[in-house]
Order: sequence, then C-alpha cells, then structure tokens
Amino acid sequence: MNDIKVHVKDLDLHYGVNPALKKVNIMIPEKMVTAFIGPSGCGKSTFLRTLNRMNDLIENVKIDGEVRIDDIDIYGKEIDVVNLRKKVGMIFQKSNPFAKSIYENIAFGPKINGITHKDTLDEIVEKSLRQAAIWDEVKGRLYNSALSLSGGQQQRICIARTLAVNPEIILMDEPASALDPISTAKIEELIHELKQDYTIIIVTHNMQQAARTSDYTAFFYLGELVEFNKTETIFSNPSKRQTEDYISGRFG
Amino acid sequence: MKSSLKKTSPKTFNYDISKKRFRFSDWFAEKFIKSIAFLSIAFVILIFVFVFREAFPVFRMDVKETVTAEPMVQERYGVDDKSAAAEPEKSKETSPAKKVSVPSSTLLSKDWMPVSDNPRYGLIPLFLGTFKVTIIALLFAAPIAILAAIYTAMFAKPRLREIIKPVIELLAGFPSVVIGFFALMVMATVLQEIFGYASRLNSFVGGIAMALAAIPIIYTLTEDSLTAIPKTYIEASLGLGASMRQTAFYVVLPAAVPGIFAAVLLGVGRIFGETMIALMATGNAALVNINPFDSVRTLSATIGAEMAEVVFGDTHYSVLFLIGSLLFIFTFFLNAVAEFYLKNVVIRRFQSKK
Ligand SMILES: Nc1ncnc2c1ncn2[C@@H]1O[C@H](COP(=O)(O)OP(=O)(O)OP(=O)(O)O)[C@@H](O)[C@H]1O
Ligand SMILES: [Mg+2]
Repeated sequence: MNDIKVHVKDLDLHYGVNPALKKVNIMIPEKMVTAFIGPSGCGKSTFLRTLNRMNDLIENVKIDGEVRIDDIDIYGKEIDVVNLRKKVGMIFQKSNPFAKSIYENIAFGPKINGITHKDTLDEIVEKSLRQAAIWDEVKGRLYNSALSLSGGQQQRICIARTLAVNPEIILMDEPASALDPISTAKIEELIHELKQDYTIIIVTHNMQQAARTSDYTAFFYLGELVEFNKTETIFSNPSKRQTEDYISGRFG
Repeated sequence: MKSSLKKTSPKTFNYDISKKRFRFSDWFAEKFIKSIAFLSIAFVILIFVFVFREAFPVFRMDVKETVTAEPMVQERYGVDDKSAAAEPEKSKETSPAKKVSVPSSTLLSKDWMPVSDNPRYGLIPLFLGTFKVTIIALLFAAPIAILAAIYTAMFAKPRLREIIKPVIELLAGFPSVVIGFFALMVMATVLQEIFGYASRLNSFVGGIAMALAAIPIIYTLTEDSLTAIPKTYIEASLGLGASMRQTAFYVVLPAAVPGIFAAVLLGVGRIFGETMIALMATGNAALVNINPFDSVRTLSATIGAEMAEVVFGDTHYSVLFLIGSLLFIFTFFLNAVAEFYLKNVVIRRFQSKK
C-alpha cells in the first residue's frame, strides 16, 4: 500500500438532526483510485464533500470526528478552506463549466491564484487540456463558449479546469453518470492516466466502472462504511454479506 | 403484490371516461379569471388611448396656422355631451382674440413658460431636468442596491438575509410623499450644510431622495437574478479554491449581468415617473444647465404641478398630455427592454446549459 493521503477517524455527520454518516473510519492511499459504492442515499456524496469541506455551504450541517489530509486535520480551527479546496479538487456529477469560453474556464483557477502573465496562462491551459485528453478536440476553438461542447467534452473541460489549479486529490462524484459509453470510456482512461500524479476518489453507481478503474473500493450503506478493501477483494471475495448482495445486484 | 393492491383499492370509485362532463365551478373560475385579466389589459389600453388623444391637438395646432380661421375642434376633447356643447363657443371667442402661439415650434425651445402672454412650451429644460435627476438618482441607487443584493445573496447568513431582504423591500412600499417630505425637511437642510450650495432644493437632493425610491426595485430584482444563478456555478468556483468574494464578483455577478441590467432599467422607469418626490425636493425651476446643485423641473412633476390649474382643452393642457405620452412611451419602452432581457437573455442563458 502507498502512503496514506486521507485518514478519516470516527466521522459523524448530521443534516440537522438526521444522521448521514455514522462513525466512518477510512484510510485512503496516495496516488491510487479509490471508489465509493453503495445504494442511493447512503451518504457517498456527503462523505466525498466532507473531504474538501463543500458541506460548509449547507446550513445546519454538524460534523464530528477527524478528517486528516497529509496528517493535518482539515476541520481544525486554523485551516484555510480556500487553499484546502485548491489542494482537493472536485468534479461534479453534472458537468458545470462556467458560461465563458473554454480558455476562460481553464484559466479561471490560475487567475484567481494571481497568475496574470498571458504566456504562463496559455501554457497552463494547454497543459491542462492535454492532461484531460481534450486538447485535440478543442484546440481550434478555445475562445468558443464551453457550453457549446457536448456533455462528455464539458466534463473533461471541468477535469482540465480542476487540473489547472494543480490539486493533489481529485474528488469525482459520479463523473460519468450522465455520459454515453464512449465518453465514459474516455473519462475512465483519463482516470487511469491521472492516478500517476493524483490521488483520486470516485463515487460511482456503476459496478463495472468501479471494478475497472479503482484500486480500492469502499462500500457504504445507510451512512456507514460497511467494507473497505482492495477492489479485487471486494468484488471477488467480500467479507460482508451486504457487500456481496449489493455488488451482485441482489439488494433489498 | 398485485393482489394486495387490488384488495386495498376501494370499489366505490368508478371513473367513467367515456363521456365528457361539464364542471361548472371549473368553467366559472376560468372565465372569471380570464375576464379580470382582460379587464386590466383593457384599462391599460384605454389610458393609453386617452393620453394620446389629449396630446394629439398639439400637432393639429400647427396645421391651423395654414388652414386659417378653422376654429379649434374643441368638441373632440369633450368627454360628454354637455362640455362638448359648451366648448366651441368658448374657443371661438378665445382663440382668435389671443394670438395663439404655435406650440410645436416652441416645444424645442429652452423656455418652459406655459402661462405668460407669449407662452412657450420648451421641453428641453424639463427633459434635461429629468435626465439630471435620473442620473444622480441612479448613481446613488444602483451601486447601493447592487452591493446590498450581492451581500444578501452571497455573504449574509440565511437568518440575516431573512431580515435584510424584507426590510429593504419594505422601502418600496413607502409612500413617495413620505420620502419627499423627509427630503424636503431633513435631507435638503443637511446636504446644504455639508456642500454649501445656493439653492436648497435641487437635482442633487431630489436625486438622492429618488434613489431611496428606486433602491428597493433594483435591489429585489438584482437579488433575484443573483440567486437564480445555478448553485453548481458557485460550487464549481469554490471547488477550484476561489474565495466567496472572488466567486461573487468573477462568477456570479457576470452571469447575472442581464438581470441586473433589467433591474436598473426598471429602476430608471421608477425614477422617471416619480412625481411626488420630484415636486417636493427638486425645486421645480425649469433651468437649462448641468450643475447638479441647481433646481430642476422634471417632466412628471410638471404634469403633477400644472395639470390641476390648466384650462381644459387649452394648448397648455395638450402639451401636458404630450409630456404624459412621452413618459408613457419611455417607460413602456424601458419595461419592454427589461422584460425582453429577462425573458430571452437571462433565461436562455441557463437553459442552453444542459
Ligand atoms: N443538503 C442536504 N440537506 C439535508 N439532507 C441531505 C442533504 N444532502 C443529502 N442529505 C441526506 O443525506 C443522506 C445521504 O445523501 P447523499 O447525497 O450523500 O447520498 P448518495 O449516497 O450520494 O446518494 P446518490 O447515490 O443518490 O447520489 C440522504 O438521506 C439525503 O437525504
Ligand atoms: Mg450522490
């Protein structure tokens, strides 16, 4: 196992009085792909969003326990949330490029980090688009609206936009659920490339996708982490009955 | 599964779909709502027609000069038979005796002197005055309202927002006479002491007072268009490590520009048509200059001040209606543009996003 990048200890999360996560403990390895699976409403998104403190935006969220990234408790008092989110990027289920040009979308992150030099920006834009495997498709129309692209292209633009900020961890919440099989294959390929340099955590409802892309898999059920192990183990020889039922589709 | 479903569904419901039924209450409600809706449209059209018809003679009087002795067709203005019968007599003795100045040739002059021996109906000072007040009001209202909207939409805690928003919106319900009174009694004095200008009531005081009236409109609509920006944009921006301020100014604000533009236009419409505050706080002198600390007379204040004293059917009367028509056309135009913007630009922008 690689080094531990994210270490979560006894994490509890409540929306108002309703518990959404119960005593979650997990150690996520660095530069690997970890998949979160589980039935709808079991708290996968909620858990993912605790890792970059996106839940801060929601009223009445109460969080107990510890989330340590590089051994720093990100819920500590001194934490700079803005910088945390640069370090922990996020890709959403619904691709959400800004209503701006492709170039402006990618340059947004570097710009808010104070990079104004045109050549540097150009360089970052090209590099990020290449990394996201979409450079060839858009290089001729960088100044067209990002909304003019297809859904699959938009999602890769969003990935490129995240890469442009140079994060260490990338959280993906069902990044391919709204895409066709070809776009999905591209995203999966991309995930495979990206794990050389990034720690990737991906939520998916697609068992094959989890099996294909991830090194580790975590199975959530009703706010609890039921099982976490090597992906092969989870899919071939799960130790919990619930996990087996879920991945074999015999659930409920 | 299926059998248990059958058991629980009560037999008493027996839906006959083979014959269409007449449901009186539905029919009545629909017709009633429909007629109310058409009634309000009818009112708008009637007012429109009335105002334009009363303004129309301004241009006819031009014609009179060439056609000679043709008496003014006063009965056209008459609302009922009685006045229609009375009018022609009156016009016969007044119009030839008094050398009627041709109004439309003086409309572009610099003097607004409707009641003098040689009346002049120059609209330029009125337009300039309205323009000055509008600009000043907008310079105050737009930034304040927009910043307040950004604050409540993006930064304020929900609980605080629930206080601020209604309070500012309450300002919209303030009778303008109260704002005017406040401007006249308090603001005018205070501002004069601070800036030390000569005339106590002027376009500056009037503009600030009107800003108070326009702020709620601009604020509410701006707030609405800011909160209408999809949350996913905000999350994307924050997820990239932008601060809330950066997100507000670089992501949300640019995306909301069309809505804010529409908000400002409607604010202009409000300022433009505002009569009471103009009457009370601008000094009402029809001057032609661009000094913000001089008195001005606005279009609507002119109607408000003079309509009650004007001779019915007189040239002056028609010119006031002409001013009314211009206000009407202008606000109609503003609203139409604002509406167009909201409907087409703002909405399409987010619908195209799939
Ligand atoms: N903003 C919120 N406010 C209140 N409750 C919420 C909120 N978001 C999620 N929940 C609740 O928390 C629980 C977990 O939701 P979450 O979105 O994390 O599930 P999920 O595993 O991502 O489901 P899905 O696979 O459908 O995306 C659900 O019961 C949900 O109703
Ligand atoms: Mg989810």
